[in-house]
Amino acid sequence: MSIERRKERIDRPIKAVTDDIFCLSSIREIAYLVIPRMLPVLGLLLLAFFVPQYWRKVMVITFVMGMMALSWDFMASCGLTSLGQALFFALGAYSAGAMNHYFGLPIYLSIPLGTIIGAIISTACIYPTLGLRGIYFSVVTLIIPLMLMRIVETTGIFGGTEGITGLSPFPGIIVTMAVSMIALWLTFFGLRRLIDSDYGHIFVALKDNDRAVEASGLSIRWFKVQAIFIGSGVCCFSGAFMTHYYMSIGMSAFAIDLSIFPIAASVVGGMGTLAGPLLGAIILGPLSEALRAFGSYRVVIYAALLGTFIVTLPEGLFPYLARKYQQIERWVEAPGGISED
Amino acid sequence: MFLSVLVYGFINSVILVMVALGFSITFGISRVANFSHGGFYVLGGIFTWYGLIKMDLPYFLSAILSILIIGALGALMYRVVLVRLKGLELSEVIATLSLGIVILELLRGLGVFGYEFRNPVFIDGSVDILGVGVGIQRIIIVCAGALLLILLHFFVHHTKMGLAFRGVAQQEHTALSVGINPNLVSMLSLAMGSIMCALSAVLILPLGVISVDEGYDILIKALAVCIIGGLESTIGVLVAAFIIGYIEALTSMYISSSLTSVVPLACMLVILLIRPSGIFGKSKEIEERV
Repeated sequence: MSIERRKERIDRPIKAVTDDIFCLSSIREIAYLVIPRMLPVLGLLLLAFFVPQYWRKVMVITFVMGMMALSWDFMASCGLTSLGQALFFALGAYSAGAMNHYFGLPIYLSIPLGTIIGAIISTACIYPTLGLRGIYFSVVTLIIPLMLMRIVETTGIFGGTEGITGLSPFPGIIVTMAVSMIALWLTFFGLRRLIDSDYGHIFVALKDNDRAVEASGLSIRWFKVQAIFIGSGVCCFSGAFMTHYYMSIGMSAFAIDLSIFPIAASVVGGMGTLAGPLLGAIILGPLSEALRAFGSYRVVIYAALLGTFIVTLPEGLFPYLARKYQQIERWVEAPGGISED
Repeated sequence: MFLSVLVYGFINSVILVMVALGFSITFGISRVANFSHGGFYVLGGIFTWYGLIKMDLPYFLSAILSILIIGALGALMYRVVLVRLKGLELSEVIATLSLGIVILELLRGLGVFGYEFRNPVFIDGSVDILGVGVGIQRIIIVCAGALLLILLHFFVHHTKMGLAFRGVAQQEHTALSVGINPNLVSMLSLAMGSIMCALSAVLILPLGVISVDEGYDILIKALAVCIIGGLESTIGVLVAAFIIGYIEALTSMYISSSLTSVVPLACMLVILLIRPSGIFGKSKEIEERV
């Protein structure tokens, strides 16, 4: 009879020290905490200097997509699982485009204004659906952008199928990169801090137990409105940024691939961790660029990847990596056998 | 003028009923929101087209075959993918949505576009109803829709299988304890939903061209109808389809045909504001509403 074994996971001593004792006593402990946080920031910064021009553009797109993934993950952590992130992207894009095209505002005004106005319109669009939760909310958010796309197509508002072209461009690739990179890190660290604050705990509670929020005398709807405003604001910024980057805006902003990308990035990276979606976007962004030659099959590959990950590795890559970093795994004998529970 | 709104609104509504019924049945029984509905719809049309045009099968045979294939695909999707995700609603949604997108975008990549891709109507010609000329295909759709509803009612309320379906829909655990296998029933409900989806594709697609965007359109329409009617209620689907169908017909006749696309969205948002669970949503306000 063979001895049954089980896998045991124990936190590394250094993790216990850095977690609980707020006095870091050695370079090694500081490095343990700082390196995982600084490595991506510095790595991307260095990469931006050394890659050729073409791949800089890819990096910009990746950063923007990373922001969308972060915003999706933030909203999902608040229990608002949207399947239509493209709605927010497109509203931000159209607001900024309209500001620039119809009112002639310069780029440094049209992007912030587009972001805020887009977020307000998005929140207003989503407001009727806030009475729903879980899957019902997802269903509604999936179809709103697709319907708006049909409306733009058939009624011809905002340039209809042609879109609006000839918007003001960014001054140069350096500015574009700097803006997108700073915005990405601000979003990432800002949202992380927000989720960890007392205020952010209310958002997380919306997902975990919304009755508890109501029982605490807080209005669920009002906090959902705030969560939508923050989450959609990030996406609207992405949209506003991308319109000026491409110097045009069209119906494709509502397209389903923009809704799928943030979900795919979050699922691949690991939902609910914020760092996961970022990792996912950094993997999927260049991948999608490399697959550009495949045209419409690109979306197929995303969607297939998404389906595969959700079935086979639902926790995602980031929690897996974090576990390896923080814990020791070893096989130990289980004399009593492994219980089935 | 008014009569034509009456007739075409009716036909439009029946089309919406047929499109939404498959989604609503699946969701009502197994709680799986089958977002690959649009993909199955277009795939059903394409299989029929392929059998008819490329393989020279008789129309009837090719239609039946494609309906059966789509039904099997639905069952397979449950067996292979969804059974592993049971209870994880969000994962189910993402999995079915991604499958639907894979199907649709794959078809787009394979070049499904243009007038070449169209199924012929069953019987050519038209008849006058209330002084309005109506193609025979549309009359067939209406008859088939009515027949389908009657069959469905009979199946759900007067057969043992239907009883099992209702049992699982009400409470899985209790159903399990009286010897109904919920996994089997859920699989069959997915197959049934997919079969209805393919059937509606076979009937409705001859009115136009088979295109990938049609798949997304169908998904939108089915979801809008189901949300307005209440996601699991068949009566709700019927009522919501007639509301949207007639409002669309009225808009296109009296205001502007380009505004018809606004109708479902506007209806949906208004209904959601007033009654979040839909017109006939069973009073689950405490569960759904916040």
